[in-house]
Amino acid sequence: MMALWQEALVSFFLVVAGIFGLVGSYGLIKLPTPMTRLHAPTKATTLGIGGALIASMLANLFTTGVVSFHELMITLFLFLTAPITAHFIAKVHLHLNEPRDSLPPTGTETPWAGAPAQPEDPAD
Amino acid sequence: MMQIALTFAIGCFTLGLLMNLWRIVKAPGVGDRVLALDTMVINAIALLVLYGIAIGDAVYFEVSLIIAMVGFISTVAYARALLRGNIIE
Repeated sequence: MMALWQEALVSFFLVVAGIFGLVGSYGLIKLPTPMTRLHAPTKATTLGIGGALIASMLANLFTTGVVSFHELMITLFLFLTAPITAHFIAKVHLHLNEPRDSLPPTGTETPWAGAPAQPEDPAD
Repeated sequence: MMQIALTFAIGCFTLGLLMNLWRIVKAPGVGDRVLALDTMVINAIALLVLYGIAIGDAVYFEVSLIIAMVGFISTVAYARALLRGNIIE
């Protein structure tokens, strides 16, 4: 049986997780442009599931007294892959929707990779 | 108290899952659909974790780890298919 402060701690993380998850999914509907829509799920929802996993870890620790590392593995994996996914989806948006003239200069010799209307390399 | 918080969190993530479904049906572009699918995977993992807390069983963590890996790979595969036209060149 959990003490009151233990239940309060787990409940706090659960409520924070629920609010962040809801904000992330709502932002995906509400935000106006594709690049701003990218922010909501990749940041808020990742934080939400981080809170849920911390709550699960604490609940497991308080009920059985054993620290479980499964949740830490899931958290690590999700926090590592969320920026990669965001990068890929931003790349898709640049590739499909942005005209090439609207992109800022890269500042180097090489042009934007994956931008549309690029001349096809015959060796590719 | 924890039961109420658990119900609240499950309700929030379920609502988020329904919003993602709505986004997939009514999305302005294909990139938004991929993003909504990725968010759906994350929300499904959160629901699995919360269910694991509710029943006090640790079996579901392996399930959610595998779903996280499959979700990441599928998102990258979708993005690559949109970027390059095929997945493995």
